[in-house]
Amino acid sequence: MAMLSFERKYRVRGGTLIGGDLFDFWVGPYFVGFFGVMGAIFMTVGTFLIFYGAAVATPQVWNPWLINIAPPDLKYGLGMAPLKEGGLWQIITICAIGSFGCWIMREVEIARKLGIGYHVPFAFSIAVFAYVTLVVIRPVLMGAWGHGFPYGIFSHLDWVSNTGYQYLHFHYNPAHMIAVTLFFTTTFALSLHGGLVLSASNPGGGQEVKTPEYEDTYFRDIIGYSIGTLGIHRLGLFLALAAGFWSAVCIVISGPFWNRSWADWWVWWLMLPIWS
Amino acid sequence: MFLPEYQNIFTRVQVRTALDPGIEVENGDFERVGAPGVYSWLAGTIGNAQFGPIYLGFLGVASIITFTIGFTIIGFNMLASVNWNPFQFIRLLPWLALEPPAADQGFKLIPALDKGGWYPIAGAFITASVLLWWVRTYNRAKALGLGMHIPWAFAAAIWLYLVLGFIRPMLMGSWSEAVPFGLLPHLDWTTAFSIRYGNLYYNPFHALSIVFLYGSVMLFAMHGATILAVTRYGGERELEQITDRGTATERAALFWRWTMGWNATMESIHRWAWWFAILTPITGGIGILLTGTVVDNWYLWGIKHGIVPPYPNVFPAVVDPSTLPGALP
Repeated sequence: MAMLSFERKYRVRGGTLIGGDLFDFWVGPYFVGFFGVMGAIFMTVGTFLIFYGAAVATPQVWNPWLINIAPPDLKYGLGMAPLKEGGLWQIITICAIGSFGCWIMREVEIARKLGIGYHVPFAFSIAVFAYVTLVVIRPVLMGAWGHGFPYGIFSHLDWVSNTGYQYLHFHYNPAHMIAVTLFFTTTFALSLHGGLVLSASNPGGGQEVKTPEYEDTYFRDIIGYSIGTLGIHRLGLFLALAAGFWSAVCIVISGPFWNRSWADWWVWWLMLPIWS
Repeated sequence: MFLPEYQNIFTRVQVRTALDPGIEVENGDFERVGAPGVYSWLAGTIGNAQFGPIYLGFLGVASIITFTIGFTIIGFNMLASVNWNPFQFIRLLPWLALEPPAADQGFKLIPALDKGGWYPIAGAFITASVLLWWVRTYNRAKALGLGMHIPWAFAAAIWLYLVLGFIRPMLMGSWSEAVPFGLLPHLDWTTAFSIRYGNLYYNPFHALSIVFLYGSVMLFAMHGATILAVTRYGGERELEQITDRGTATERAALFWRWTMGWNATMESIHRWAWWFAILTPITGGIGILLTGTVVDNWYLWGIKHGIVPPYPNVFPAVVDPSTLPGALP
């Protein structure tokens, strides 16, 4: 049994939301629970359907870079499509959302069992929200499942490229600007946080491990402010979630609320009455 | 029952005592500026309430001066481009740029000033500023007896910056390859660069860089959320938890072990974080450097290596207009 030296005393019953003690057990290192069972079913069906889609594709595709499960043609609108013409994509999408939702709820149960906060499931739900925006909210607003993105490593990049050029120049999308800025800022902040903790815990040259007072002094010396050991985790979580949130915003406004060049959107600024 | 006050979203009680003057160091010449600092209630709701003091020193002052010169050169070139009209300067600011030298200037040390010669001058000042700031991050770490992880991470970012504005233009033999200084113009450069070299999404180092960028954001969400979730057990005191594991670390580790079958430790999560973050600009810089120098068209590169997915032929064949009668060569 894969158990850490201190793990035994934490493996207690309780904390489940559904099913009481029925699913309150572990398989190897994994906690199961009701949502573990449901999630495993969704995940197995979805994964199997992706392989099935690769097997029935013409020509058959087993190269992982090339497997592509495309959404239905636009002519099917918001209806169900035949299995080999996007129906697989629709069922896989249902499985993915079911699986992600179960994963969120399983994290909630584990957090309850360990007596810790709900920050992780909340954070993950923002990522799921961004995914749902791409494959459900925006396609529904635009009236066809065909507006979802295809499931494939390079095919989804082609989708991003093609969808971007439909709006001529996606970098001019203001929400995209905010999202990209947040992605870069989060990565920047992560390098600073990781680097600071490692530099204090691994000072090198036979020196003693340093305390947070040294971390604070380092950042105050360099930029005049140190956010501190608690604050950096709040800042990092906020930046990361904001990046995911604004990503969802930047795609959901493209099509449903703006169907021209994003470069043209900025004309309002040039036309402000203050310039005349 | 879900009670938000137990989720440690904001700091609810702020302590006020003597401000922290910082660790005394034996390094020499300059005093910290702004000692002993000031309190900010607003900052205290999220992180430390104390602002300042700051160590400027010779390098800090030199860095600020060189940055100001470079920034001002860019600003005056933008102002000149709108015929010194201050209203048009503000109105058109997002579209204005200090563009790199024209292609006919090659990679001359000093291109003609009316053909983009200000670009390498501004770039030199900003590069000087960045490098001086890098030495500062090194010196302060040295003075405080800390490891060199932040200077190394900063160097990774400088690598990408130098590739974009200096190393790749040098290898291509032309300043005109460099990225313009400007808000929207640098986005135009990015799009044009991708189109010119046949879709950057098929550049494997671009793909790696994006993976590390998104991975970094995912890691910070996971790590930030995990630590906040165990702050009720003192989890934010990471250095203490690294050297003397407490229940906060144990619960944080078990959360991920029970969720995904595996966990990092309080120390190793920061190694994951650091590597993901620095590999973003390192792989990105490699991807940029190979573009145009080694590979001319990433889409055709992808075709050659069999990574471009086949699509059904849903549209009728299009006639290449250059083959029609009357088309000019």
